[in-house]
Amino acid sequence: MNSAATSAPVTSAPITSAPITSAPTTSATKTLSAISCRRLSKVYGASETAVHALRGIDLDIPLGGLSMLVGPSGCGKTTLISVLAGILDKTAGDCVVLGQDMGNLSAPQKTRWRRDQVGFVFQSFHLMPTLTAVENAAIPLLIQGVGRSKALAGAAAMLNRVGLGHRLSSLPGELSGGQQQRVAIARALVHSPRLVVCDEPTSALDHETGQQIMLLLREVANEGDRALVVVTHDSRIFEYADLIAQMDDGRVTEIRQGIAAAAPGPL
Amino acid sequence: MYSVALKMLTGDRLKYFGLIAGIAFAAMLIVQQASILVGLTRQTGAFIRDTAQADLWVMDPQVRFSQDQVPLRSTVLQRVRGTDGVDWAVPLYQGFNRGHMPDGTSFTLILVGIDDATMIGAPPQMELGKFADLRRDKAIFIDGDTAATKLMMKRGGGRAIRLGDRFTINDQEVVATGAYRGRESFFWEPVIYTTYSRALTLSSSDHNTMSFVLVKIRPGQDIRAVQKNLVDRTGLKVLTNDQFIDVTADYILKATGILVNFGLAVILGVVIGSLVAGQTFYNFTLDNLRHYGALKAMGVSDGTLARMVWLQAGTVAVLGYGIGVGMGSIIGWGLRAGGLAFSMPWQIPAFAFASIISVCALAAWLSLRRVFKLEPAVVFRG
Repeated sequence: MNSAATSAPVTSAPITSAPITSAPTTSATKTLSAISCRRLSKVYGASETAVHALRGIDLDIPLGGLSMLVGPSGCGKTTLISVLAGILDKTAGDCVVLGQDMGNLSAPQKTRWRRDQVGFVFQSFHLMPTLTAVENAAIPLLIQGVGRSKALAGAAAMLNRVGLGHRLSSLPGELSGGQQQRVAIARALVHSPRLVVCDEPTSALDHETGQQIMLLLREVANEGDRALVVVTHDSRIFEYADLIAQMDDGRVTEIRQGIAAAAPGPL
Repeated sequence: MYSVALKMLTGDRLKYFGLIAGIAFAAMLIVQQASILVGLTRQTGAFIRDTAQADLWVMDPQVRFSQDQVPLRSTVLQRVRGTDGVDWAVPLYQGFNRGHMPDGTSFTLILVGIDDATMIGAPPQMELGKFADLRRDKAIFIDGDTAATKLMMKRGGGRAIRLGDRFTINDQEVVATGAYRGRESFFWEPVIYTTYSRALTLSSSDHNTMSFVLVKIRPGQDIRAVQKNLVDRTGLKVLTNDQFIDVTADYILKATGILVNFGLAVILGVVIGSLVAGQTFYNFTLDNLRHYGALKAMGVSDGTLARMVWLQAGTVAVLGYGIGVGMGSIIGWGLRAGGLAFSMPWQIPAFAFASIISVCALAAWLSLRRVFKLEPAVVFRG
């Protein structure tokens, strides 16, 4: 991806729509890749009951942008994001994330890698209902072994940044859906990960709140040395993407960049 | 992460208190039933403990417990006294007899006749009067603590026998000249003390009325050796105080079904309590499974998750145990005044602690199996 594509929503960038055949788009490979997959596949089960969730994915996702994985239910988006985030093992192919070949990591190494390198934003937030907003946001720092007071201070600063500085002591049940997602975003960013994966971050929110959340994620993506990967089927937020990978039946069928992503087209 | 684990545990007050209440109930059930069983067991040996001045008890081989009535021949006493290692030996009468109170109320009593000269076999403590009063004409001692319930005249206003009252034993008049303080007994019948010679007179049988011979061994003598000498010389059963207590408890517990009933109650306490506590904790973990999944996804290792679950299990186990044992003790000791046999040696709380910890550990282990098997990818399933 070129540098112009990293500032979004992109309104004047050139439209580049390129169906994927065998190799990824060359423009993406010219910049520093956050994620690089080659012939990546994932099979659940074996023999007759085997389910081929990913069928030879070739994909490059650059640092410093917001990329989206889109497609119908069951197309493999969630499986792909799980493999990219190091919480599922691939069956075959190559997958290099942030310079790390995921196939070379043992399970404990993957756990540590996720702890240090990945931030998660979940569709249903996954906030601990008995922890306050600031305590929820501090969890990644606590996992890293940061002292409690320091972790809470860091979490408070991050919540302040996402506009929730006044709700530090609120429990998730006392927050609106949008506010809960902001807490989840603060939690995903508090330990400065270089990869942030977001699973349907707007599907549990109304349109306006969803737009606000995407603006926030867009801001995060603009900061540079970090990759945001968003799984979504909500076409109303495509405009925030620098790159959209269209998936179907376990394959990446098309990659779009810039403002082209917002166009309905053949998606 | 331990603070997170504790917050997960305590944050939902209803679940938290439910969890602790379940474990407290289990602990209370275990402690109470076991303490009542021990209390009853101890009460079976009350008479032997009250007569602890001697080292050995000589009795007929057919005697199965302390209140069993199998008389000895009077010649036994001399043979015992002539045995090597014996310092002194005195006779003791004990038997069930029939009495009538001044108002005509009939009752069954356990009459104990102690050695006239030495008063050996007397209860350990007098509440009213003195031991020498037993030598007065027609004198008997009543149990001051239980007279109000066990020696109650049902007619004419319903008062208990007290000092100075006259009543009959086997139609022979006696006078209450003293009140002793005895241990709480397993047997309902009031225990009335008198001298050995008077006991023979009062009892209906006129020969072979000696129930036991109480033996003191000479200083420096080996009690086992003297015990063996006595068995060899008399052919009778010879038991130490502790042995006699054990034999009595063993017989009564088995013969009455108390052991089965209370043992069953204790087992049920453990099982039901275990199921309640284990199931509650297991459900608590299952309720939080998606949060554990999120933590796994965010990079929490299985080891850290295990320590979090163990911390939660340990916390509720210790708190539930403490509350349960505390409540069980308060209720038990409170009802003790009302006659509840309740005795809680340290082994019972220790047993309850081991049971509760084991149950919670099992529940935690079962829960952890689910946590370990949990795919972190589950967090992406909405």
